[in-house]
Amino acid sequence: MNNDVLLEVQNLKKYFPVKGVKGPGVQAVENVSLFIKKGETLGIVGESGCGKTTLGRTILRLYEPTAGRIIYNGKVIFDGGESIPKLDKESGEPIVDKNGAPVMTTSKKIAVDMKPYRRKMQIIFQDPSASLDPRMTVGEIVGEAIDIHNLASSKAQRDEMIKGLLNEVGLNSEHANRFPHEFSGGQQQRVGIARALAVKPEFIVCDEPISALDVSIQSQIVNMLEDMQNELGLTYMFIAHDLSVVRHISNRIGVMYLGSLVELGESYELNRNPIHPYTKTLLSAVPVPDPQVSRARQRIVLEGDIPSPMNPPTGCRFHTRCPYAKEICREQTPVFKEYEKDHWAACHLLEGN
Amino acid sequence: MNKEKTNTGKLLEVKDLRVSFFTPAGEVKAVGGISYDLNYGEVMGIVGESGSGKSVEAYSIMGLLQSPGKVIGGSITCDGEDVISKSKEEMSDFRGKKVSMIFQNPMTCLNPVYTIGNQLVEALRAHNKTISKAEAEKKAMEMLELVGINNIEKRMKQYPHEFSGGMRQRVMIAMGLICSPKLLIADEPTTALDVTIQAQILELMKDIQRKTNMGIIFITHNLGVVAEICDKVSVMYAGKIVEQGTVEDIFYRPSHPYTHGLLSSMPRVDAESYERLVPIEGSPVDMLNPPDGCPFAPRCKQCMQVCLNKMPPYVELGGDHRSACWLRVKEQIDNKEEQTNE
Repeated sequence: MNNDVLLEVQNLKKYFPVKGVKGPGVQAVENVSLFIKKGETLGIVGESGCGKTTLGRTILRLYEPTAGRIIYNGKVIFDGGESIPKLDKESGEPIVDKNGAPVMTTSKKIAVDMKPYRRKMQIIFQDPSASLDPRMTVGEIVGEAIDIHNLASSKAQRDEMIKGLLNEVGLNSEHANRFPHEFSGGQQQRVGIARALAVKPEFIVCDEPISALDVSIQSQIVNMLEDMQNELGLTYMFIAHDLSVVRHISNRIGVMYLGSLVELGESYELNRNPIHPYTKTLLSAVPVPDPQVSRARQRIVLEGDIPSPMNPPTGCRFHTRCPYAKEICREQTPVFKEYEKDHWAACHLLEGN
Repeated sequence: MNKEKTNTGKLLEVKDLRVSFFTPAGEVKAVGGISYDLNYGEVMGIVGESGSGKSVEAYSIMGLLQSPGKVIGGSITCDGEDVISKSKEEMSDFRGKKVSMIFQNPMTCLNPVYTIGNQLVEALRAHNKTISKAEAEKKAMEMLELVGINNIEKRMKQYPHEFSGGMRQRVMIAMGLICSPKLLIADEPTTALDVTIQAQILELMKDIQRKTNMGIIFITHNLGVVAEICDKVSVMYAGKIVEQGTVEDIFYRPSHPYTHGLLSSMPRVDAESYERLVPIEGSPVDMLNPPDGCPFAPRCKQCMQVCLNKMPPYVELGGDHRSACWLRVKEQIDNKEEQTNE
């Protein structure tokens, strides 16, 4: 495996059981495989209910995965223990038998203690006012993580660290004694970011960090996240529904639909040359702030709504709304694979069927 | 519904409208003297951040301002009628028939314990006392068909929770249109929706607007949506319209630094290469203690001394394009001087 990969996820699943309903319940994340390289930003886009937030939280094991594997920095931090293709130790390629079928092996169930990893993997939440305890001062909120992980040897050092963090996110050190409600939305989000940075993480899941903010404030936060990434060498997973923001901040983008990844590619490539029908519709639906461009272009308008993840369609999950759906799409689940260099997708149409 | 096809005159005229909220902490001038016109068949976008007064302005046209909010000055004329002087009873007749409104969150606007059909019929019969129940039901079904809902007979008997977000917004639109209003106020109708559903609703609204020749006021903070659906735009900041013009004026010839700032702080999905965003620094205005001069002055990169002391007047920039900025005033004076020197 590549040394520059920080986080790898294989066949990750997260189901939420529903009381009184037989079967797996809500299939929020279904068979997602991806990797994130050190220092890059992987964007995840999709509509509400597509499982992008659940994916982020499951990767951090804030939700315990139902199945699959999570590998962080070469160490397996979760393994659901199931049959997976056996990989060659040197090349990393799947080993095949005489008939060309992959050799399967059953992995050992693993669920490591996450506390040491919490220092490395952090999260920034969507709603800044809901994710800050209203009864704690900003200093206490930011300092809590420092205490839990014993990062400061003295009170003076702890105060110094809090001051430094607040300055880093563009707040004053006097703000440490104030409560969250005394801040505007943009400032609250800065506090949320300072809290995530307190443990000096390597990897941050940014879960819609700017969706709740005013337009003129959004760009301030986006620029700050970019600056911090350059200074501290952070790796981001940036979850959002706004494709234009994700495209701006990400190196690569994964597109999710109903719990599954349908396409993943380098961000400009994905925009220029989307290969999955869902990505095409999503791109054409984003309004462009330019009257001539937005009135001239052809828009693909999807019929209907997202199906329920409790009872997802058979085969390709997008087939109920896909304008190009064929017989095979209803019957078989398409395989997520690399069609062009660094450009993955899951669609039967790409197979020439 | 096609009665007004030929009507092209002025539908709505707002003159120097002022709305204040009298809170225990002091007077909040939510809307501080705004003026605009809207013709039949026109779509006007009102763009602004939260707290810029864009919704309050719309609520005062509907007569829905809640205490402690009060219209303290100016006039609103809609379809030849003065709105502000109307009594409560006159207002409730005026709403629905002349203007109606669709809101951001359809779930909180539909009653969860009544069926969709029931609510549509109620909306119609509240304004049209003579219509029979059967006729009202027929009309309700026609409206649901117009907004693209299938399986109407069954849908009429369903409750709001049985509809998805996009479908609920369609029901809201059907309810807004059922009394054939002349003016529709849409307060962030697509903000709570996903982009693919937003695209459906925008297409629907454009289509209905073409069919009915309604005037639409479209309140949003999304400039992309504005570019797509609006004919003209008013940009609001801290209770004032800082710039007004056609969509082309606003997007291709923005003249106010705030409009400039909004346009350059947004990443574009069709950008060809990475460009760092240019944010508007600072935070939105505290409406309890607004600055003396131009409200945008504390965040403006081109701020001059005069901006901090006096609110700039509107400068006409040709056609309907006007902006309230001292820079434009200065330009005009410079131009005149040049002309006299020649």
